[in-house]
Amino acid sequence: MKLYLKSGRVIDPNTGKDESLDMLIVDGTIEKIGKKLSADKTYQVVDLKEKIITPGFIDMHVHLREPGYEHKETIETGCASAAAGGFTAVCCMPNTNPAIDDESVVRYVHDAGKRVTKGLVDVFPIAAATKGRKGEELSPIAELAQAGAVGLSDDGAPIASAGMMRLVLEYSSMFGLPVIQHSEEPTMTKGGVMNEGFESTRLGMPGIPPIAEELMIARDIILLGYIPNAKYHVAHISTAHAIEHVRRAKAEKLHITAEAAPHHFTMIDKSVESFDTNTKMNPPLRTRDDVEAVKQGLKDGTIDAIATDHAPHTIDEKEVEYTEAPFGIVGLETAIGLSITELVEKNYLTLYQLVEKFTNNPRRIVGLPQIKIEEGEVANLTFIDPNLEWIVDTNAFKSKSKNSPFNCWKLKGKAVGIMNNGICTMV
Amino acid sequence: MNLQSRHLLGLEGVSKEDITLILDTAESFKEVLGRPIKKVPPLQGKTIVNLFFESSTRTRISFELAERRLSADVVNFAAGGSSVSKGETLKDTARNIEAMKIDMVVIRHSSTGAPHFLSRVVKANVVNAGDGEHEHPTQALLDMMTLREKYGTLDGLRVCIVGDILHSRVARSNIFGLKTMGAEVSVCGPATLMPRYVEDLGVKVFYKLEDIIPHVDALNVLRIQLERQKSGLFPSLREYHRYFGVTKEKVDRAPKPITIMHPGPINRDVELSSDLADGEHSVILEQVTNGEAVRMAVLYVLGTSN
Amino acid sequence: MEVTLKTQILDAGGIRRTINRLAHELVENNKDLEKIALIGIRSRGEHLAYRLANLIKEIEGKEIPVGTLDITLYRDDLHGRLDQPKLKSTEILFDIKDKTLVLVDDVLYTGRTVRSALNALMDIGRPAQIELLVLADRGHRELPIKADFVGKNVPTSLSQEVKVLMTEIDGEDGIVLIEKEEDGK
Repeated sequence: MKLYLKSGRVIDPNTGKDESLDMLIVDGTIEKIGKKLSADKTYQVVDLKEKIITPGFIDMHVHLREPGYEHKETIETGCASAAAGGFTAVCCMPNTNPAIDDESVVRYVHDAGKRVTKGLVDVFPIAAATKGRKGEELSPIAELAQAGAVGLSDDGAPIASAGMMRLVLEYSSMFGLPVIQHSEEPTMTKGGVMNEGFESTRLGMPGIPPIAEELMIARDIILLGYIPNAKYHVAHISTAHAIEHVRRAKAEKLHITAEAAPHHFTMIDKSVESFDTNTKMNPPLRTRDDVEAVKQGLKDGTIDAIATDHAPHTIDEKEVEYTEAPFGIVGLETAIGLSITELVEKNYLTLYQLVEKFTNNPRRIVGLPQIKIEEGEVANLTFIDPNLEWIVDTNAFKSKSKNSPFNCWKLKGKAVGIMNNGICTMV
Repeated sequence: MNLQSRHLLGLEGVSKEDITLILDTAESFKEVLGRPIKKVPPLQGKTIVNLFFESSTRTRISFELAERRLSADVVNFAAGGSSVSKGETLKDTARNIEAMKIDMVVIRHSSTGAPHFLSRVVKANVVNAGDGEHEHPTQALLDMMTLREKYGTLDGLRVCIVGDILHSRVARSNIFGLKTMGAEVSVCGPATLMPRYVEDLGVKVFYKLEDIIPHVDALNVLRIQLERQKSGLFPSLREYHRYFGVTKEKVDRAPKPITIMHPGPINRDVELSSDLADGEHSVILEQVTNGEAVRMAVLYVLGTSN
Repeated sequence: MEVTLKTQILDAGGIRRTINRLAHELVENNKDLEKIALIGIRSRGEHLAYRLANLIKEIEGKEIPVGTLDITLYRDDLHGRLDQPKLKSTEILFDIKDKTLVLVDDVLYTGRTVRSALNALMDIGRPAQIELLVLADRGHRELPIKADFVGKNVPTSLSQEVKVLMTEIDGEDGIVLIEKEEDGK
């Protein structure tokens, strides 16, 4: 396949490019980049004027649900959703059944991704930090690393015991795997279904206090200080105070990184008053001040990456009483739209900075090689129309599940295609 | 003369006019309750289902009596625990109600928001008989009716709600309703049973009964649930009674007699001493009668509206 | 364009004389005044009942008990109305058992209000007898109801309305006939 990509704006933080360039791609490799290239008739022309070309986006926090929960999502449908959302790679969390706490499951998930997408979307498993995610015994971390895991986490659950976290940090430091913590002090959040605040008082709902997130991160930062080679990453950070702890830890040069999900810089806890269970996730929607802190954290670099925490659940599972509904919403297909609408349009991030949050930053955190947009490199690209105004239609989602609170929202910015391993979805 | 909504899901956001309409209508029904034949025909031919997912004898009986006295046909559905544990989802129960052509649903559920969910799924009028810890509007309405009867008006009346405010839907509905009607509302209880940010609802917060008693016209004493003590939120019933129990010695320190209210059932000599519960300033039994009248009024107004 | 025409059927003087005559008729037809009670149907019937009771007191020196009845709960047209009538209170502070009740209303038309009143009274107790007194009878009965005492017969067509005005409510006394007409453009 020969492609002539014309007049796209290439934004590549790895080579520092941010300019309008033409590209010639032959059989999945970038043959030529430059201004005003020409190509013969054997090339298919794709006009990318006004559109952006970036290294392939990666979502480092996704729940693919396979093996074990295929009624919610499969690796195939999850990757289709990722591709539709503009991602060429995802890191999937280990709360499957069986959990990804064994090399066979790591290999299964990784290979399934390759097989069902034919290489279009790369699936990088994040393995369980403890056996069965129970928080009691270390999982076989060396084996998991060798099989291809790119991180360790017990997500949906925190690594609750300080003693266990210390062991995980020490052991993982031998293999360079980041420990991704779902930060929640579980003894404070039992029964909670929404942020503990004025809104939860008004609605009479049991609350998940912000201090539960803050405490866990503060504790882990102290632990991290004693284990210099360990890498610690805060999953879905949501509260102002927690972000401040990360900021200070970074100033002290600790090896700590953080990600935020689009719903945490878009929606607030007042939305729960509709009792729509698509406002229920963990960490929950927080207050206006927290939302502002997330945006500022992204702006000043305290928060390195945007990751959706894509958590599919079926309609029957979600259409129940609020307190009974499972936590989580899907996010792959609205991530770019929400990010551009809330962050770029409102001047918190430039497009260049936004690209970093979805490309080189997350790849660096999970130790994946960077994608360079250069002659001779494999074409691993995301194509975005940053000006496209569109209305979210959850029925059109490629994901098997439609649990999103953004249905009918008007967003600006959408991926119009991706390219990876010789396959391009735009043609 | 209709209420602004087809449902009574709570008192938050309900206007003064609507609350006044219900209280005025309830007064007329109180007269009906004084007749030898306590039955009137306006809801004849209407079918009302009592969907009680949380066990409750008093409230259910109160509603059932109200429904039958309005000549409606009544169906009772009692389920222990949440519908999920029974296998049938709330959504399916709701669909069955629609299919059976039921006109009104009175629902009590342990999940906040269940009545709101129901009101979106069924065409019937929905009355909230208590959802989780959120609201219990008919209880607050009967409390307000009782106070209005005694004092002539709710405007400027000083009411303190005492007890486990954190878990109390009665407290929340009372706060919303009383504030709308112009009363001065305060809350009093142990810090571990007090919701954070409750001051933002416009109430003053006290942790000692002695601090609020001299400045209040009525005390609405909430029942302390034994499960709360078991979950460690306060150390013992004895301690609760000593410091937060409403007793004659504490109440006698007020300059004027204080009206004593309780939603029932009373843990005698825990949150409220027996002599006060049965004393001359207790309106607890009036509350029960008014509960009948208020529920008849609510069902009547919703049931005859378009 | 709709135009309402009002014709006065009876003025204040006529009302006074009619109520006077009705009071005398009541006394004449009910030998045992001990057993009589007036029940005024809210709202104008109530005031009419009080006026009658006062006149009877002047004529016979007897205090006749007066009750007021709100029939809203017994209406047969409660459902499907765009504007729900406000529920008012019923006040009958005496025992109606074995009494001869005189139902008092301003206008008798289809008879449905009287039917509702009869049902309400039956739920309140068991009177020995119920009689009906109205100030104006405009015909067009839809139920087999007949007034025992009529102030004035006012034959009407269906497009007309008979309105009784009473000082206590309307500031003046009178009976007017209201006609809604299509005014040719």
